[in-house]
Amino acid sequence: MSYHLETAAQPANLRRVAIDTVSRVEGHGKVTILLDAQNQVRQVRLHIVEFRGFERFIQGRPFWEVPVMVQRLCGICPVSHHLAASKALDQVVGVKHLTPTAEKIRRLMHYGQMLQSHALHFFYLASPDLLFGFDSEASRRNIVGVAAAHPETARRGVLLRKFGQEVIRATAGKRVHGTGSIPGGVNKALTQEERALLLQDIYQIVGWSRDAVQLIKQLHLQNPALYNSFGICRSNTMSLVGQDGGMDFYHGRLRARDGSGGVLFDGVDYRDYSRHIQEEVKPWSYMKFPFFTAFGKKNGWYKVGPLARVQNCDQIPTPLAEAERREFVDYCGGVPSHAPLAYHWTRMIEMLHAAETIKDLLHDDDIVGSDLVRTGERAMEGVGVIEAPRGTLIHHYRVDEDDLVTMCNLIVSTTHNNQAMNEAIRNVARRYLDGREITEGLLNHIEVAIRCFDPCLSCATHALGQMPLAVELLDAGGARVHALARNGDGSIGEAPG
Amino acid sequence: MRPEVVVFAVGNRSRGDDAIGALLLERLASWLAAEAHAGEFALIEDYQLQIEHALDLLGKRLALFIDAGYGTPAPLGFYAIGPAPASAACGTHALPPQGVLEVFRRFARAEPPPSFVLCVRGERFELGEGLSAAAGAHVEAAWRQLTLLCSRPDAALWAAMARTPLQTTDVPQTDFSRTAYCSGI
Repeated sequence: MSYHLETAAQPANLRRVAIDTVSRVEGHGKVTILLDAQNQVRQVRLHIVEFRGFERFIQGRPFWEVPVMVQRLCGICPVSHHLAASKALDQVVGVKHLTPTAEKIRRLMHYGQMLQSHALHFFYLASPDLLFGFDSEASRRNIVGVAAAHPETARRGVLLRKFGQEVIRATAGKRVHGTGSIPGGVNKALTQEERALLLQDIYQIVGWSRDAVQLIKQLHLQNPALYNSFGICRSNTMSLVGQDGGMDFYHGRLRARDGSGGVLFDGVDYRDYSRHIQEEVKPWSYMKFPFFTAFGKKNGWYKVGPLARVQNCDQIPTPLAEAERREFVDYCGGVPSHAPLAYHWTRMIEMLHAAETIKDLLHDDDIVGSDLVRTGERAMEGVGVIEAPRGTLIHHYRVDEDDLVTMCNLIVSTTHNNQAMNEAIRNVARRYLDGREITEGLLNHIEVAIRCFDPCLSCATHALGQMPLAVELLDAGGARVHALARNGDGSIGEAPG
Repeated sequence: MRPEVVVFAVGNRSRGDDAIGALLLERLASWLAAEAHAGEFALIEDYQLQIEHALDLLGKRLALFIDAGYGTPAPLGFYAIGPAPASAACGTHALPPQGVLEVFRRFARAEPPPSFVLCVRGERFELGEGLSAAAGAHVEAAWRQLTLLCSRPDAALWAAMARTPLQTTDVPQTDFSRTAYCSGI
């Protein structure tokens, strides 16, 4: 797990290629590649060029406002933030176990979010690359091209997305800014009419999700050389798993494996996350680099998200998705896959699982119960963790006697994958760019590697004053003349050599 | 009564002037209720536009997209739009209005309803900030335009209004086709 190509020795002598605002990725990503005179790749970095003061935004607010407020951190997965905050604040209001109805309504909301997010990513962001090829005509590599060549695929993408949004609307009250989940439970029951409406479509949704798995599986089988190796980055993995080791997006304990699939830790209470995970700050990126404390910065970085989850769990507790998981594991020969393109296959297995789970929840009579909230003994701190579409999402709050938030720490899914995304694009750059003229198609290979992780950069960065930023002046020979850095406390000083 | 006109408002209420669309939509909802026109309009607020918003255009005869603009004419711009294949390129997890219209065209295999953008200039889009003073003034101007539009929701009339140059204050007219008109999109 080297950092080869992270930093070139003499960047001043190198030609710089920048891919600004990485397309089909949320937020503001930038990749810089430094090439030498022979077009050999010497340095590759995925930069996060925007930062937002999310944690500072939350501090000083009454804690009961937080589950609603955090939805405004990110328009891409607001439900994930809504639920992670609610889970953390359940602890603050002293609730260890929600009522069965409240937990099932939250799960329904969460699995609806998972379904719509995965559908959007696969059908609209990833499929143009997968169906037409990474260096096909750029003007065709978009949803219009997909709609023209594969109209039914494009249509299903819209309807799957819409169904997920309707699940969210039914459980959260509104399509955006929902207030459904509150500390201690939920404040909106699912009506019989809403249940019936969703039941009308769910079998079709399960069927389409199943078809989507077959589609991506076929793409893998047609071109295994590409799909099994493109941007491959061997690493540790981490996700929540349920109490029985099964896949669970809403609740569970943390499990981590090494690159060979060996268990690094298991059964970890996520409230202890800070004992197991640290975040490294690098001067060239606003986004931190998390790693497992016990294994250090160099060997402790990891992947999260669908590829990690599907391989981390012991089983998937719905039959169709479990059959697909087994097939995926068999395809990989029983050893973990670290191929970024396998994210798409596993993402579709997860979408199928989400659809099946929604079906099961809608058939459970608890879902229309009326016992929605519990209370308990007030506490001062809470940690909430869920598996968001892009991976593990951590919300941690401390609250004072006046109910105001005094500390907020968020580790979002995309941040966990920071090192993995950087490694993937370095691999791709070495394989496809070395010694060749740069073309749009070749640059798209870099973006394809990033898109596999479905990053959402808009909420993956931290507050002003907390991020060191280095400015380095190099002479023509590449020797450093002067360097300044803004330190973590906001002060400016000489950058370390 | 089934709504025949859909009004989208795009933006994040917690990011300063990005709240412009949401604030105008909220005000519009009250106004329509008071004027007994609520049933004629579907009002949709979201952080950003996405493919599923194409479905909200089904059965509508007119569409309006309201959003905050950055570096766009002050106080506002009002113009007609149509489907644009390049706009549906899904550059991020969000689509521009023209992209939504393009997805509609592909999905419904029909032309989308006449569609217009009301772009209100914002100045500051920082998380946790309220509306800036300048944006507050722009919202008032936009509100007058919005009530004018919604009191006569007629495509031909709107098209004529869109062709009429609006008075701008402190910036030159911008080529909308090249302007990233919205922070949220």
